[in-house]
Amino acid sequence: MTAVQTQARTSNVQQQKRRRGLSDRAIINLFIWPTLLLLILWNAFPLFYSLFLSFTEYSAIARKEPVWVGLANYQDILTDPQMWKYFATTGRYALVTVGMQTLLGFGLALLVREKFKGSGLITTLILIPMMLSPVVVGLFWKLIYNPAFGFFNYLIMQTTPGKAPDMLAGTIARTPVPNLALWAVALVDIWMWTPFVMLLALSGLKAIPDYLYEAAVIDRASSWFQFRRITLPQVAPLLMIAVLFRTIEAFKGFDLVMGMTGGGPGDQTELIAVNLYRQAFQGQFRTGHASALAYIILIIIIAISNLYIRYLNGLREEG
Amino acid sequence: MSDFYEVGPAEPVVISTRVDKVSPKARREHNVRAAIVIAIAMFCLLPIFVMSMTAFKTRSDAVSAPPKLLFKPTLEGFVFLFTERALVPPARAQELLASDTTDLSLFERVALSSGQEITGPSDYVGRLKNSLIIAGVSTIFSVVLGFFAAYAFSRFDVPGKDDLMFFILSTRMLPAVVVTIPLFLMYRQFGLHDTYQGMILLYTVFNLSLAVWLLKGFIDEIPLEYEEAALVDGYSRIQAIFKIVLPQAMTGIAATVVFSLIFAWNEYAFALMLTSDKARTAPPTIATMLGRGGIEWSAIAAGSLGFLIPVAIVVFLLRDYLLRGVTFGAVRR
Repeated sequence: MTAVQTQARTSNVQQQKRRRGLSDRAIINLFIWPTLLLLILWNAFPLFYSLFLSFTEYSAIARKEPVWVGLANYQDILTDPQMWKYFATTGRYALVTVGMQTLLGFGLALLVREKFKGSGLITTLILIPMMLSPVVVGLFWKLIYNPAFGFFNYLIMQTTPGKAPDMLAGTIARTPVPNLALWAVALVDIWMWTPFVMLLALSGLKAIPDYLYEAAVIDRASSWFQFRRITLPQVAPLLMIAVLFRTIEAFKGFDLVMGMTGGGPGDQTELIAVNLYRQAFQGQFRTGHASALAYIILIIIIAISNLYIRYLNGLREEG
Repeated sequence: MSDFYEVGPAEPVVISTRVDKVSPKARREHNVRAAIVIAIAMFCLLPIFVMSMTAFKTRSDAVSAPPKLLFKPTLEGFVFLFTERALVPPARAQELLASDTTDLSLFERVALSSGQEITGPSDYVGRLKNSLIIAGVSTIFSVVLGFFAAYAFSRFDVPGKDDLMFFILSTRMLPAVVVTIPLFLMYRQFGLHDTYQGMILLYTVFNLSLAVWLLKGFIDEIPLEYEEAALVDGYSRIQAIFKIVLPQAMTGIAATVVFSLIFAWNEYAFALMLTSDKARTAPPTIATMLGRGGIEWSAIAAGSLGFLIPVAIVVFLLRDYLLRGVTFGAVRR
């Protein structure tokens, strides 16, 4: 059924209903405005105030009024090669973590899709990593990765002192390995947030009516065909929402990394959001500069989200 | 409309057993699948297992190398978490322990055996209560508001729908780090600093974008035909929502409850900035245990474990909704 037909049919019914109960217009206003109003009230001031600050030289801890500097903060950030490096690191991190979370989450959802004895309990248990506070998770993995008394090295059976890896320092046998620390942090992110994707994919899978598969089986369609033509398109809208929110978080999240490495060793795990936190709340409290950086991040997130949403709407129209 | 009546709503809806799911081969695959899932779950839970063990270890056992799998369990972590303590001279501690231990509570005995005396309950107890109220109420708010907004966006031709939906999503995009300072100023101005109302509304606002988007995704999946039939039969729109859409959207609602609760329960940065005492939640408290003379791993583990349990219970109670399939999906096309 196309969208146009759907609308035509709803409005048909709507016309008949107009006299009974609230009018549709009243219902729309009643349903939407409380949400919009809250969102506007809570976001307008922070949004515009930080936009203003992004054009100023200002520190939240200094007792000085913001000084207008125009585009200097933006220019500063965009011409700093160091910043571009942080953006590149964030891009790689987002690609790997969101990619793996999607693959593993969807795979897990396919596995737990059919009920078995105790599947309710098992699913609850699988969701546990997501239920923990990111700050605590960061701290705890620091303990787990610890080369002297952590469990991780025992798990991969590399415990010889001097030869064992120190994941968060990014070294194996005291020799630095490029990006090792970044992937160690990414592993924790994947561990923690795969359940998020799994739960959404699972509810998408559960909404697929059985008769589609039955028809496919009667037509002797291969399981690959069933997956490609039924499962994937039907689950895609919810899966895309999960991917969208995970991507946004990958660009914003700093708490896991702050807990584990604080951006180190060197600047290996210095994600753009970690750097933002550092500028905003450490050392000089460069509030104006940090606001400008936040706006650059916001623009990137908006661009990526738009791409996703366009793709998502494309899927909806096909389906 | 017309084709809807040609199909006719009179046919009973039959929940079928999938024809391809009863053969012995399918059964065997089913068992293998269950085994794989359980194995993966166990593997994912290893870090949680480590955390649970650490919660029952003493300070020195928690950082022993190699990590101890077998150890003498102690409640030290929990005692440190829930109480304020003062050091007592070892001789005095021994004397107290030896004298008449029946007077001493379990917690007091544990504290004494590590050379400390309980002086009172810690802040943690009150903070846990704050967390319960703030996270609970804000979750209800965001799910209720989100459900109605999502319904309107899904079913009506709202003017500027795509832009409004994008606006709702965009409220989640600005990094929290820069929002905290303007929010702090705003909250101080309006007397919302360190209040329940302030934190509840803040978390509601934060969760609304996910709630609206998720619930719209779920409501979009519910066939229009049921509501139309109900409306034609004389239900008002509101009745149709409560009797038809709400029960069908339970999976989505359960998922939204879980996500909103997890966020509000664990939120750290805003809580640290916008509360000081009255409305402070537990996460900043757990993190500040770092500061006091070396990392108290067992107290942090105990705190995290205890803090995990309420959410885990809610998820477990909602599991049937989360895992439920469509109840009648036969009209989809």
